[in-house]
Amino acid sequence: MSVQSAPPAQNESWLYRKATSNWQARLQSLYFGWLTFATNPLALTGLLIILALLFVAAFAPLIATHDPIAQDLTRTLLPPGPEHWFGTDQVGRDVYSRVVYGSRITLYVVFLVTVIVTPIGLAVGTIAGYFGGWADTVLMRVTDIFLAFPSLILALAFVAVLGPSLENAIIAMTLTAWPAIARLARAETMTIRNSDYIAAVELQGASRLRVIIRHVVPMCMSSVIVRATLNMAAIILTAAGLGFLGLGAQQPSPEWGAMTSSGRTYLLNAWWLVTMPGLAIATVGLGFNLLGDGLRDVLDPRS
Amino acid sequence: MAVKIARGALTYALTLLGLLLMTFVLGRVMPVDPVSAVVGWEADRETYERLYREMGLDQPIFVQFWRYLTSLASGNFGTALRTSRPVLQDIANVFPATLELATVSLIFGAGVGVPLGMYAAARRGSMLDTIARFVTLAGYSIPNFWLALMGLLVFYGWLGWAGGSGRVAIYFEGIVPARTGFILLDAALAGDWEVFRSGLQHLMLPAAVLGYASMAYITRMTRSFMLAQLSQEYIITARVKGLSETEIIWRHAFPNILVQLVTILALVYGGAVEGSVLVETVFAWPGFGQYLTNSLLMGDLNASMTCVLLIGFVFVTLNLISDLLYRVVDPRTRS
Repeated sequence: MSVQSAPPAQNESWLYRKATSNWQARLQSLYFGWLTFATNPLALTGLLIILALLFVAAFAPLIATHDPIAQDLTRTLLPPGPEHWFGTDQVGRDVYSRVVYGSRITLYVVFLVTVIVTPIGLAVGTIAGYFGGWADTVLMRVTDIFLAFPSLILALAFVAVLGPSLENAIIAMTLTAWPAIARLARAETMTIRNSDYIAAVELQGASRLRVIIRHVVPMCMSSVIVRATLNMAAIILTAAGLGFLGLGAQQPSPEWGAMTSSGRTYLLNAWWLVTMPGLAIATVGLGFNLLGDGLRDVLDPRS
Repeated sequence: MAVKIARGALTYALTLLGLLLMTFVLGRVMPVDPVSAVVGWEADRETYERLYREMGLDQPIFVQFWRYLTSLASGNFGTALRTSRPVLQDIANVFPATLELATVSLIFGAGVGVPLGMYAAARRGSMLDTIARFVTLAGYSIPNFWLALMGLLVFYGWLGWAGGSGRVAIYFEGIVPARTGFILLDAALAGDWEVFRSGLQHLMLPAAVLGYASMAYITRMTRSFMLAQLSQEYIITARVKGLSETEIIWRHAFPNILVQLVTILALVYGGAVEGSVLVETVFAWPGFGQYLTNSLLMGDLNASMTCVLLIGFVFVTLNLISDLLYRVVDPRTRS
């Protein structure tokens, strides 16, 4: 790049100056994005919640006060107090420590599903959008069939066949979460497929694979990131729902949905058993939704 | 036009075939041992062999799929293991309960969601808009089974306002003749207002929980539909004419989003069936959702796959209808 840099003004940081390298340009756009993002209090709240979740999951052994699966039958169903902050459950386990450790399971599920689903969705969507014709028809028909079922119902059906466990719940959620990303990536690809820069790259002799990976996928990324973040909230809810029905993580795993389910029997005499893990699910779900919503304002100027 | 209709019909048929293929694979191909899934592990050798042939498992997979299709086409959806009745009859029995729940929840969701979305859009960036945004995001984030349990704790356990589980108090069970399957209508028809009150008490809470999620979606969509309308020139004209805010919103903008709104409401109605799976489990509401989860937990693949198939069918059809509605009403999509 041989762009002549403007004469540097004394009071302007390099973040504001005319960019002289790709790196600087990227950092600048990131910075301006951040400025937009930071004006949105709801989005900042979401970011804080997610950072707190990461922190709690990373340092769970330090933050928890008790062993999450150690039972103490002399101290069952104690209400919240100085010794047990969120009380104890029917076999004397510390609810606070269980909720803290539960964050690891939630994060594990969300991370795994997102990491598997996003590339699949991107691949299907960009291939369908770029090639068009038969490839498009076939791939989108398959996507539509998956989209025809509400995600919880489809996940339920898969788990029912595969058998209840956390791993199978993850597989089921993976199978239900990719179509939304594929649809989105296809729509984005359709809008840029006929643009001049794609034609220019094609005329230079780039292979189709290269066009898709280097020139189409990056253009889809911003909206896919927004969708993936909002998806994470949905994944948390589905995982918790499966856990609640006994089809996800199994006892004595401190998964929040399963905790809610086992506390259900004691709802009226030990309110904290249901309240605490559910509150955790709602908070984290809200965090991802707020973050995704804020990111949309920054990354996707159309909506 | 004829070509378009033909193509639409073909797409619809293909999607349905895909649905059938999916439930076929889930119910008949993926289970390691579909016979044991039906008769259980304790079945003796003879029964097992008989059923193995009866289910056509000795046939090639294409033949099996064909047999699956033809049996469904003749209305034979199999027998539910739990009740030993035809699955379709079971579903017909439980469906009114879910329909009643979904209807009341939709009334609640639309009744609150539409005005909230309208005013959030009209006063964009105001306090009301922020509150609406937060309320809708919370609706997407709070697990409905937890909200249901919290509702039970507060309104049943602590305040005693709401009824507990089931559709009516246990001593009112089966008192009014089931004419329509809707407990409120049945009670009203029988003129039994005590049962009606009990039914209303039991219905309120699950309907509100289910309706909250619908409301979140409806508010959000209404807001974005309205924003699109409010930036149009006819709204400016109306403002210049000096019409009041209420008149502009409800008499000028609202009729223009009505079509979009109706299609959204149709989808929400379908979505309530999904929401009912968890909510009905919490409230022991004897509807479709509870039937599905119970069948799943019992490993009854016949019943659960039929439920899944039915939901898929309803969703695909709703999508088709809303698509058609768009085309009929909005002339721009016709060309």
